[in-house]
Amino acid sequence: MTSKVRAVFGMPKRLNRSFTVSLMLFALLGVFGSFMVLPLIYAFNNAFKPLDELFIFPPRFWVNNPTTENFADLINLMGNSWVPLSRYIANTLLITILGTAGHILLASAAAYPLAKYRFPGSKVLFTIVILSLMFSPHVTAIPNYMVMSWLGWINTHASIIVPSLAFSLGLFLMKQFMEQIPDALLEAAKIDGANEYRIFWSIVMPNVKPAWLTLMILQFPALWGTDGGSFIYSENLKTLHYALSQIVQGGIARAGVGAAVALLLMIVPITLFIISQSSVMQTMATSGMKE
Amino acid sequence: MQAKITKTAAAPAVHTRQVGWWSLLKRDLYLSRHYYVLMAPFMLIFFLFTVIPVGISLGLSFFHFNMLELPRFVGWQNYSRLFLNDDVFLIALKNTLLFAVITGPVSYIACFLFAWIINELSPKIRAVMTLVFYAPSISGNVFFIWLIIFSGDSYGYMNGFLMRLGVVLEPIQWLADEKYVLAIVIIVQLWLSLGTSFLAFIAGLQTIDRSLVEAGTVDGIKNRWQELWYITLPSMRPQLMFGAVMQITASFAVAEISIALAGFPSVNYAAHTVVTHLMDFGTIRFEMGYASAIATVLFALMLGTNVLTQKMLRKIGE
Repeated sequence: MTSKVRAVFGMPKRLNRSFTVSLMLFALLGVFGSFMVLPLIYAFNNAFKPLDELFIFPPRFWVNNPTTENFADLINLMGNSWVPLSRYIANTLLITILGTAGHILLASAAAYPLAKYRFPGSKVLFTIVILSLMFSPHVTAIPNYMVMSWLGWINTHASIIVPSLAFSLGLFLMKQFMEQIPDALLEAAKIDGANEYRIFWSIVMPNVKPAWLTLMILQFPALWGTDGGSFIYSENLKTLHYALSQIVQGGIARAGVGAAVALLLMIVPITLFIISQSSVMQTMATSGMKE
Repeated sequence: MQAKITKTAAAPAVHTRQVGWWSLLKRDLYLSRHYYVLMAPFMLIFFLFTVIPVGISLGLSFFHFNMLELPRFVGWQNYSRLFLNDDVFLIALKNTLLFAVITGPVSYIACFLFAWIINELSPKIRAVMTLVFYAPSISGNVFFIWLIIFSGDSYGYMNGFLMRLGVVLEPIQWLADEKYVLAIVIIVQLWLSLGTSFLAFIAGLQTIDRSLVEAGTVDGIKNRWQELWYITLPSMRPQLMFGAVMQITASFAVAEISIALAGFPSVNYAAHTVVTHLMDFGTIRFEMGYASAIATVLFALMLGTNVLTQKMLRKIGE
């Protein structure tokens, strides 16, 4: 009996395991797992509900007659609006792609010396990075605004993209991951006459691909979900998330379209995580902080 | 990683003559020039948008500044006003501490507990369960789903469900009633909070040496709880530290969810937090000096809690 259930769950045989406790723990996992996932399944269902099902009483969880009407409405609605939907999507893509790619490049370049060499200031710089993990961006929101306006970047995409390039969590994870690269590999390249930039670009970078994906999965959802904060005012510079919040405020008539945009916003980061999961795990294994 | 490749460490042996401290440093700086170039772009942006703003914020907290007139030095006045004359701040502080005390430890323990259970599953199911628990934190700003669930009319799922059960007869205004609003924000915050540290824990558990467990069994470890305390937790101390930093910071910074669910400001400030208070003074009233004092208090709270927690984590498995 025990071994049959083990086979169903695919549990490997382990030492020191009481079967009853295992079952109780898995039941716990199931209960909380459904608490985590049901709202997302609900959002998915909602996007395919026709209008009469969205406002049925008592409310239903599952969709009965799925329809893609909401997506068609979304395209029609946004096609007729002053700023077309494609503009919001293009803005969001620009911010997300530049912000993520630039962050991976800059954080890797900064992490390589910190991971592999000791030089004047390296310890201090890394300590500052660790300290900055310990406070949220809200602390600096106001001076940030002043710096932005001093640079003249208010109402440009640069105000969102540039600060996101230097995200201290990314540098930290990249540095921890790079420490695993064998020193012998770098020395060999040095003997072959490669300079530091060459070593970084041709040896270190290809070796930390799993960490690229991790930085991407951490940075992407934040940028993908950005609403422009307090920096973007022009309608034609705004992002998809901003468009969503406008639609959601539209009330009953727009409820179907709102559900469709919600699905759109949600599905992209989740898909990315599914694709990159094993690489992410490989990087996070090195994420520990030594005392 | 003890053996760092350092050009600088090997070189001084060549010089037998006494060399000045300054010229040594100059040489070190010269030899490391490529490293500084590699780090420059990141560090420039990092300092410009993170480190310097913290400094500005600290400094500004001693000034009266409204973006129009020149800053005027007021000493500790912002702080004394904050703690002595600002009742709303005290509510915000109380709520934030409540968030930190409830969501911080609960989500931290939940991250570990679920990671620990998931670790026992086969690789395929493990991947699915990881996604289930991690998805809410990356699914963008879909927490407005909870607005529909806790909607104040009978179309809200919670109301519809309770009315069908006959627990309540008429819909409850969940998000407009100060009795419920804070609890709901806490629930949603917990739902969102299984993020980076959760991943770090799952990954960390995977790296634990199986032979340690076998050796432990020989030494008399009888059940999974003993294994957890004597082997698993001590082996994961670096990940536990990292997770603590991430969870503490997140639990002190609750704001977006409070604003999305409870509105800004919330009913009778029931879901007001230090960060929403900061936004109120910073972006609405333009009292920059005062807002900076709030930011400084928040910064001190986060830093202090982190230091305390790290001290506590060092005692694990002793």
